[in-house]
Amino acid sequence: MADEQKPGGSPAPSSKPSPPSGQPAKPAPPKPPAPPKPPAVMAATPWESELARDIKEQFGDAVTATSTYVGQNFVVTRPDAAIALLEYLKMEAGFDYLVDITAADWPKRAERFDLVYVVYSFSRNERVRIKTAIPEGFQPATAVGVHLAANWLEREVFDMFGIAFAGHPDLRRILMPEDWQGYPLRKDYSIIQQDERWVRENLNIESGQ
Amino acid sequence: MPDSTFLDSTELVLNMGPQHPSTHGVLRVILKLDGEKVRGTDCVIGYLHRGVEKIAENRTWAQFNPYVDRMDYVAAISNGLGYCLAVEKLLNVEAPPRAQAVRVILTELNRIASHLLWLGTHALDIGAITPVFYCLREREEALKIFENYCGARLTTHAFRIGGLQYEIYEGFEREIKAFCDMFLPKVDEYEELLTNNRIWVSRLKGVGVLNGEECKEYGVTGPMLRAAGVEWDLRKAQPYSGYEKYDFAIPTRQNGDTYDRYIVRMQEMRQAVRIMRQAVEGIPEGPIMGKVGKVIKPPVGEAYVSIEAPKGELGYYVVSDGGVQPYRVRVRPPSFVNLQALDKMVRGALVADVVAVIGTLDIVLGEVDR
Repeated sequence: MADEQKPGGSPAPSSKPSPPSGQPAKPAPPKPPAPPKPPAVMAATPWESELARDIKEQFGDAVTATSTYVGQNFVVTRPDAAIALLEYLKMEAGFDYLVDITAADWPKRAERFDLVYVVYSFSRNERVRIKTAIPEGFQPATAVGVHLAANWLEREVFDMFGIAFAGHPDLRRILMPEDWQGYPLRKDYSIIQQDERWVRENLNIESGQ
Repeated sequence: MPDSTFLDSTELVLNMGPQHPSTHGVLRVILKLDGEKVRGTDCVIGYLHRGVEKIAENRTWAQFNPYVDRMDYVAAISNGLGYCLAVEKLLNVEAPPRAQAVRVILTELNRIASHLLWLGTHALDIGAITPVFYCLREREEALKIFENYCGARLTTHAFRIGGLQYEIYEGFEREIKAFCDMFLPKVDEYEELLTNNRIWVSRLKGVGVLNGEECKEYGVTGPMLRAAGVEWDLRKAQPYSGYEKYDFAIPTRQNGDTYDRYIVRMQEMRQAVRIMRQAVEGIPEGPIMGKVGKVIKPPVGEAYVSIEAPKGELGYYVVSDGGVQPYRVRVRPPSFVNLQALDKMVRGALVADVVAVIGTLDIVLGEVDR
């Protein structure tokens, strides 16, 4: 046992290992330029498939990109074509299950919101996302006429982002109180922000924090 | 269309909840009644809204992990699995096989715990008092295993992005096997109490019918979809975490009523045992964490990853701007989407059926409201 080198037997941690012989101990060469940063945009690649070709053929300029990222396919469309595309996918390609509608806020962009639809086809076992960028105040058409599931999902997007869907049968807030001011999931809505008037009047306290 | 009112009564608006034992939390349903017939409903939700998606944008990717447990707190492990898989997708890493096997075991055990709580409370709503005690007794055994594994019983935070934090403890396999052996006869016991019980059958058969097409139209997934004859389970359709390695069946029924959903969930518990038995037999050796840095910074991009949670398709849409915090985390909660079909299911039914249908929806308000 005594012959075995113990971890403590190595040189004191403070002493740096000497440079390997042959290399003069000179100050470290200037650092090579930092490796190129990953691109600030999603490194999506074109989505090549029959369906992607069909979509492009059918919608032409209205579809700006058919891409794939981490193995997931998505279509970027102009906002006015999103519902037509949902309908096309449902009727012609079997995407009969609207999984989700959501949004993301990019306040620095001219088209502030990304509106995202996720659809799934039971027959093809395939999932596709439809993305469309809309400016603030733009009222995208509702998808309720295509998928009934869109009703509450769009209400939630309206509640959280203030995106009003044109033609929605029952566009009310769904999670927040109906008379709440502000849209919590917008990036300029601080996490400690609240509708002070609402809190004062309904909870009888000065602040919920 | 209501042609004439029942017993010449005028329409009555009845408020049910948010504090009502059969709404399973703080669900408020405004019922429009004609006598005892339901003419329409309006769900008021959001009482439990905590802004989980907003919180995500103010935490790091890893810090947000425990928060997801607080959505569907009855099946916290499924929530954690979905979130970890989504972030792993962005990072382009996969949990090592050992971690995957342990994840499957715990997730299936959590499915059983979730279904047990559903069964107990559902039966209680219908008026059968006994099953809830039986269900909680067996659920306790499952919770003990969670506690032994990670110290928590309900909001477990069992998984980490990239794998597991904890190695399984000594005797884990033995306890899982013992649970499986103990549990299967118990399912028969519940079925003895309920399946052919005349009151149970007449309260559930033909109630809250939703056929396959309607399910798809409303986005209803999980046992409700399978009870309507659609053989679809994400564990089979798009396997994750190594589910393709296990041999199990997707229980389906044809009628899409409350009774069929009961049968489907009972069979799912048996299938969960089947998966756990296979997974625990050969937990592979090896590391439990994949190659994930101390600071999690997924590259710029987005992904939608979903799993088969006990209640249906639980999806996470995650967006990274390359920073240490999520840019956006969207949770696609099965309870929220399934609850939307409540109106369709109870229109024309009796008030008492509303209670049965809320039970069969198997909602957790923490997940509906987030």
